[in-house]
Amino acid sequence: MRQMLNGDEAAAIAAKLARVNVVSAYPITPQTIVVERLSEFVANGELGAEFMKVESEHSALSACIGASAVGARAFTATSSQGLMLMSEMLFVASGLRLPIVMVNANRSLSAPLSIWCDWGDSMAVRDCGWVQLQCESNQEVLDSTLQAFLVAESLSLPAMVCFDGYILSHTAEPVDVPGQAEVDRFLPPYRPKYKLDPEKPATMGAMGVPEYYEEFKFMQQAAMQAAKEELVKADNEFAKHFGRKYGLIEKYHSDDADVLLLTMGSLSSSVKEIIDRYRRRGEKVGLVKVRAFRPLPVDELIEALGHAKAVAILEKDVSFGSAGALFLDTAASFINVDKAPLMIDFICGMGGRDVDSLHIKEALRAAAKAAKAGEVKKIVRWLGLREKLVGLEE
Amino acid sequence: MKLPPGAIITEPGNSANYETGGWRSRKPEVDAAKCTGCGLCSMYCPEPCISKSKPAVVNYRYCKGCGICAAECPFHAITMVEEERT
Amino acid sequence: MMEKPFEETLVAPGHRACAGCGCILAMRLALQALGKNVIVSMATGCMEVVTTPYPETAWRVPWIHAAFENAAAVASGVEAGLKSLGKSGVKSVAIAGDGGTADIGLQALSGAIERGHDFLYICYDNEAYMNTGVQRSGATPFGAWTTTTPIGKVKRGEDRPKKDLPAIIAAHGAPYVATASVAYPVDYMNKLKKAAAIQGPTYVQVHAPCTPGWRIDNNKTIEVARLAVLTGAWILYEVENGKLNVTLKPPKRRPVADYLKMQGRFKHLTEAEIAEIQRMVDEQCKRFGL
Repeated sequence: MRQMLNGDEAAAIAAKLARVNVVSAYPITPQTIVVERLSEFVANGELGAEFMKVESEHSALSACIGASAVGARAFTATSSQGLMLMSEMLFVASGLRLPIVMVNANRSLSAPLSIWCDWGDSMAVRDCGWVQLQCESNQEVLDSTLQAFLVAESLSLPAMVCFDGYILSHTAEPVDVPGQAEVDRFLPPYRPKYKLDPEKPATMGAMGVPEYYEEFKFMQQAAMQAAKEELVKADNEFAKHFGRKYGLIEKYHSDDADVLLLTMGSLSSSVKEIIDRYRRRGEKVGLVKVRAFRPLPVDELIEALGHAKAVAILEKDVSFGSAGALFLDTAASFINVDKAPLMIDFICGMGGRDVDSLHIKEALRAAAKAAKAGEVKKIVRWLGLREKLVGLEE
Repeated sequence: MKLPPGAIITEPGNSANYETGGWRSRKPEVDAAKCTGCGLCSMYCPEPCISKSKPAVVNYRYCKGCGICAAECPFHAITMVEEERT
Repeated sequence: MMEKPFEETLVAPGHRACAGCGCILAMRLALQALGKNVIVSMATGCMEVVTTPYPETAWRVPWIHAAFENAAAVASGVEAGLKSLGKSGVKSVAIAGDGGTADIGLQALSGAIERGHDFLYICYDNEAYMNTGVQRSGATPFGAWTTTTPIGKVKRGEDRPKKDLPAIIAAHGAPYVATASVAYPVDYMNKLKKAAAIQGPTYVQVHAPCTPGWRIDNNKTIEVARLAVLTGAWILYEVENGKLNVTLKPPKRRPVADYLKMQGRFKHLTEAEIAEIQRMVDEQCKRFGL
């Protein structure tokens, strides 16, 4: 059934369709609608879950850990400061190998305080051992959230589905909402291998002494690598049931292009629009969209980008003192690869700054210039920066 | 021996494989004649390693020699003696 | 074949607690009172560390450790999870030290109580962050030496009174709040049984000496804990649906100096400082009708 839904609503409906047992979440702009919708579903009896009115995000994820440990399907949602507050527990949830699913409305980090979109929050936790997906549309939010449960539970790894705050979370788009029966066929009930049960007492969260800790971390990494295959499997399975498929990355007119753009999330739609315009004029440019950021689809990136002369990465984040995370990961993927494109890292859209067609064209021009010159003079650049305010003269 | 994920331990109480008796330098000796089997020593033992019986029986594999049993026994039936090790 | 000693105890020996540890005793007595149909959510701290050095565990009940400040949050998730799955007959029990309760753990505890989860919270109170080497907590009593309240020329020990945690929890309207002591194990176990039988959030704080932290001999644990009660420094009571009931009234309250002089952490106290502590204890006892 097709409905006009914003990203938050799409996420809430996905959690409802997934028949989550426990929702434990704390409100934070721009995720609040997720929490509100879910509490409505529970209040109406549409979702037979325990809705925990937790007093902070740290407790939200801690409660999910407790619930998941006893075999319940647990769900939370957050953004920005909330993601930071629960960040300690993100690592714990992954280390405990609990398949908790969460959605994150990408929002910039304080200070200064900002409620608007960028990827600062998601990127800050990219190391935590959660599968991390970025969504282009609200349809993708719903679909990826459903897939996340399947992937998380098959691997015993938590998974987060990220979507741009306000741009997706608060913008209504037409979304195909699957029926419960079909979702039930796609996503079976949660059957944990290990759980807390007095009939079979187990200890979770022991002290990992030096003789064993490294091995547990190796196993976590191995599970994350295995997530690539599980994500593909889930995607294929999803396509069988619902006719939609996303992949680890998406190639958009990229195979025959010398100049490529690389980005994630809602920005992909804007870029596709510009690519279309260029293609109509006969200019060979393309987009590679990354959907699965963790695990990083290294082979897919090499295959998709390797033939290009220059790639401009558009990302809404920066690792202070270094460069943007998507650029760093992409560049690193090409280490020891013979044919590697030139790369330019464009930091853009910070704190909700709009990334418009002029910005995207600027990036394309820069990539084309680099491709022609065979060199990149400045690797990290900022798009849409109000240069006068920071004392930069033109 | 492959590790289970997440450092989960599925054998309850397997700390019993680690014998803490090697920690002590004094050990409790129960005077069977004085012991009434009241069980206070057993109730207060942190390990636990002394039984509620008449007389109380110490499990020396775990006894750390803290001396609480001797201190709390109302009948002074337990004495802590220096342990001789070879 | 390795014989399984004391198989009936739900906290097995072989744990790495110090000789004479009051807290591990509190753990064993607690599980003895509560039985095997529990799921324990424990905070980081002495008890967590000494009982679960991978690959060993002293626990013969399901047990989870997640972090330091969230035992109550994890336990509330356990409770909600069990409820959502329609599982009954299993009690969610949160256990944390005074550090993981009074200070860093207070928010999670407050939230869990406010939400009214059916769980029991046990705070084992050894009056400092012992596992990290005896640093003060909000539950450290006035005048005590700790490594972060050392005795120097300018400052002499803890200069703040002990945070009244049971009162805070009682003020939340929890149906049952109690204090206990390892020196009074039957009273402690009865209180735990009572608390566990109540459907709702309940709280028991058990005073449990730490031999290295309090600077006492290993065999003095119970004697010191007893003196805390007999001097009125630690009062045994319960608050049941807002009604206070003192469960042990010392017939003739002993001077607090008897309690303080047994412990190295108080050995620096002058007579004037001891008198000040006596005054504080007298005031506290007056409020409880002792």
